[in-house]
Amino acid sequence: MAKVQFILNGKPQTVDASPEMPLLWVVRDMLGLTGTKFGCGMALCGACTVHVNGSAVRSCITPVRGVEGKNVTTIEGLSLDGNHAVQRAWEEIDVPQCGYCQSGQIMQAASLLSKNTKPSDTDIDEAMRGNVCRCGTYSQIRQAVHRAAELQSAQGGKA
Amino acid sequence: MTRVTKPDRRDFLKIGATGAAGLVLGFVLPEREKLEAQFNRIPVVNPAAYLHIGTDDSLTFIAPKAEMGQGSLTGLAMLLADELDADWSKLRYEFAPVDPQLYGAVQGVVGSFSIRSYFEPMRRTGATARAMLLEAAAKRWNIGASSLRTENGFVINPANNARLNYGAIAAEAAKLPVPVTVRLKEVKDFKLIRKPIKRLETHDKITGKTKFGIDARLDGMLYAVLERSPVFGGKVLSFDATKAKAVPGVKDVLLIPSATSTSGGRTMTAGGGVAVIAENTWAAMQGRKALDIKWDENGRGAVDSAAITKLFIEKIQQKGVPARSVGNAETALASAAKKLEAVYEAPYLSHAPMEPMNCTAVVRNGGCEVWAPTQMQTFARDLAAQAAGVAPEKVKLNTMFMGGGFGRRGSVDYVGEAVAIAKAAGAPVKLTWSREDDMQHDLYRPASYVKFAGALDAGGWPTAFTAKVASPPFPAVDQNGLARTAVEGIHDIEYGIPNIQVDYHRPDVHVPVTYWRSVGYSQNTFFTESFIDELAAAGGKDPLEFRRRLLKDNPRMLNVLNLAAEKAGWGKAPAGRFQGISVVNNIGSYTAQVAEVSVTNGRLKIHKVTCAVDCGHHVNPATARQQVESGIVYGLTACLKGAITIEKGRVKQSNFHDYEMLRIHEMPAIDTHLVMSTENPGGLGEASTPGIAPAVGNAIFKATGKRLRRMPMRDADLA
Repeated sequence: MAKVQFILNGKPQTVDASPEMPLLWVVRDMLGLTGTKFGCGMALCGACTVHVNGSAVRSCITPVRGVEGKNVTTIEGLSLDGNHAVQRAWEEIDVPQCGYCQSGQIMQAASLLSKNTKPSDTDIDEAMRGNVCRCGTYSQIRQAVHRAAELQSAQGGKA
Repeated sequence: MTRVTKPDRRDFLKIGATGAAGLVLGFVLPEREKLEAQFNRIPVVNPAAYLHIGTDDSLTFIAPKAEMGQGSLTGLAMLLADELDADWSKLRYEFAPVDPQLYGAVQGVVGSFSIRSYFEPMRRTGATARAMLLEAAAKRWNIGASSLRTENGFVINPANNARLNYGAIAAEAAKLPVPVTVRLKEVKDFKLIRKPIKRLETHDKITGKTKFGIDARLDGMLYAVLERSPVFGGKVLSFDATKAKAVPGVKDVLLIPSATSTSGGRTMTAGGGVAVIAENTWAAMQGRKALDIKWDENGRGAVDSAAITKLFIEKIQQKGVPARSVGNAETALASAAKKLEAVYEAPYLSHAPMEPMNCTAVVRNGGCEVWAPTQMQTFARDLAAQAAGVAPEKVKLNTMFMGGGFGRRGSVDYVGEAVAIAKAAGAPVKLTWSREDDMQHDLYRPASYVKFAGALDAGGWPTAFTAKVASPPFPAVDQNGLARTAVEGIHDIEYGIPNIQVDYHRPDVHVPVTYWRSVGYSQNTFFTESFIDELAAAGGKDPLEFRRRLLKDNPRMLNVLNLAAEKAGWGKAPAGRFQGISVVNNIGSYTAQVAEVSVTNGRLKIHKVTCAVDCGHHVNPATARQQVESGIVYGLTACLKGAITIEKGRVKQSNFHDYEMLRIHEMPAIDTHLVMSTENPGGLGEASTPGIAPAVGNAIFKATGKRLRRMPMRDADLA
C-alpha cells in the first residue's frame, strides 16, 4: 500500500492503495464514484474513459501511481449538472439507450472537442473508434459530437 | 437510484385491486411467442399497481418492466400518462417490486413483449385513474362528471374555468369504486403516444448518476469474484487458497455451492465455484489469479468446435422431427425442372452486453435482499431464495438498470452466485464478473447447421422448399421432440411455395444455450433469406420480384418489402455499389431491409441500410427508430464478426480483441421507415436483427457472384 495524491474533479484527493491498482477501481470502489464504468479491463472498449490532465485515458489500465499529482476528471466532474456542451448535445439528441458506455463516450468526445473544435466525420470516427456501444448508438453519437461542436463554438469555444 | 423521492405513501391515490378478469392478448401468436406470452400475462387492471399520485401533486409511474436500453420505461409511462392526461414534466418513475398478484406470475422482459403486452392495459390504467379523478372533482363541485374535462394534470370545469390539480383530489378519488369500463382515446387524440418523446432517464445517463447493477453500494460491502469451472458443467475437486489469501486486500476464499430454482417452467442454475472476497474488486481479481484449483471436467474436456459440427452433420443424416409439412416436397423435388441444395452454418455467439454480469446481495435476519440487473425479476427472486435458503417471499429484489441485456439477463445464474457468496461470507457482497467471465460463462446463441433443398419449375418459380436443421435445443423440446427456437425463421416462412418440409435434428452439446436477441431468427433468417435469394438467382429472377410474387397474398410483408425497395431505390444503386434485400416477420412485426455494399480489392464496405418496419401501433417513434438501428448494429456484428468457438470443452474467446464488436467507423448510414399502422402492436427490440445479414450476403452475391453461406462473413471469404 502507498499513499497517492491527485486532484479528482477539482478537489485534492489522497488514497491509500496498492500503487498498481487501476484508477478505475480506485475511483469506483474506494471513492464511490460509479459513473466511470468497467467494461473489459484491457482498454478495448472505452467504458472506463476519464480525463487525466485533460486528455482521455482508459482508467482500467492506468495504475493509480501514474496519476500522482495529476488532474483527474470523471463524468461526475465534467460539469456541474450535465451542462458541458457534449452532455447538452447528448441530451438534446437523446443518445443513450442502455447508457452503460455513455460516460466513456462523453469523456472521449469532450477530449476530442478540447483539441479539435470542428471535427469531421472522419475525425470523429478516429477519435471514437475505441469506444464500443453494444446498443449501436453510433449514428447518434456522431450527430451529437457535431452538435456539441456547434454549442461549444456558440459559447466562444468553451465547453 | 432514480429521481424519485418517496413521500408518505398513505397520502397517495391507491385504487384497490379489482376482480377484473385477466387480459388476454387479442391476437394470434406464433408458437414460441405463445410460450413467452405466459410471462406477459397481466393479472388485473389496477391503477395502484402502476401509479401513485401524491397529495403534493407528485406523479410516480411504477414500471413493471426492467430497462436495458429498449426504452419501454418511457414507452409504458407514455401509454399511462397519455390516457391519464397527466403533466408529463411531473412524471417520475421507480421499478416495481416482484409481486405476482399485481404484475403476473412471472415478471420479466422477454420476446420484445413489454410494449405490446401492455399497450392496452397501461392505457386502460391511465384512463381508469382519470375517470376516478374526474368523478372525485365532480363530487367536490357537486356537478356531473360528464361536464368536466381533463388537461395536463388538471380537472377543469369549462363552465367557470375552475381547476383542480390531480393531487388535490387524489385522496378522494382513491376512495371511489374502480369503474369497470373506460373509454380509450382515439389515435387523433393522443398527446404523447406517437410523439418523439425523450427518454425519462437520459439526464441521469449523461451525468453518470444512473445506478446500474454494478453500481450498487452497501455499508460494509465486500467485493467478490468467482472462479467457475472452465469446462461447462465441471466441478471443483480440490483447491489451495494459501497464495490467494496472502494477496493484500483479500479477506477470504470460499467454496461456493451450486443452486437451482424452477419458476414459470424454467430451471435456473448457478453452478458455484471458488469465490475470492476482498476489500475491492481489483484485490479480489488479484487473489483469484493466485488460486490453485483442480477441476473435474465433467468428461467434456476434449470437446471442440470441429467435433460439434461433426455431430450436427451426423444428426442431419438421421431421421428428424417434422416441424412443418406442406404438400409433398420429396415428390416435388424428384420431378423438378431445376434442383438446388445448400448448407448454411452459424456459430455460437455471446451476448456481450457492455455491463458484465454482476449482482449485489445480503443474506440476514432470515431474509435476503438483492440488487440485480436482470430481465427476469421473478426468476432472480426464486434463484436468490434457493441460494439463500429462504422462502421467495423473504427475498426483496431491487431491479437495477441494465447495461444491456439482449437475452443474457433472462438467465439469472449471477444472482444465485452472488446470494450464495453473500450467505457464505456473512456480509453484503457485490459479485462482479470480468469480461472474460462474461464471454466464457455466458449461455450462448446456439450454433446451427442447416441443409436446404429447393425445386424450381420450368418457369423458374419454386415448387418445393426443404430444410434439415441441426441446432442444440432450448429451453426445451416439445412432446414430439421439436425445439421451436431452432426452426423458427425456417419452418414459418410465409412464401407461397406449394411443398414445404422442415425437419429438426437434435444434437446435445454441453455448451449452455439460451435466448439471444431475435433468438432462432438471428441465424435462421440469414439462412432462409439467403437461400430464397439463391432460388431467385437459379430461376433467373430479380430477388425483389421473386419475393413479391411469392408474397402476393401477404399484404403486410408485401408492403414493407415494397417500401424498403422504394426508399432504397432498388435497382438504382450508384456505380460500384450493390444491393441485397430481405424480409421477415418475427415478434409480431414485419421488417424489410435493403443493404447497399461495395467490395473493393477484397474489402467489404456496407454503405447504407434502408429498413422498413411495420410494428403495428408504435408508441414512441424516436425510441422505435433507435431500436431498429440498434437491432441492425447487433445483427451486423454477428454478420461480420461474431464467433464463439470451443476448444478443450471451453470457450476460446476471452475479450473484445478476439470477439469483436462493430465500431463507429464501420457504421453504415441507416434509413428507417416506420409504417403508420393501427394494427396490434408488435415488438421492436428484435425486429431488425434477423434481416441484416441476409441483406448484406445477398448484396455481396450481387457484387461478387460469391454466395456466403456461413456467418461471420469475413473479407477473406470474399476472395
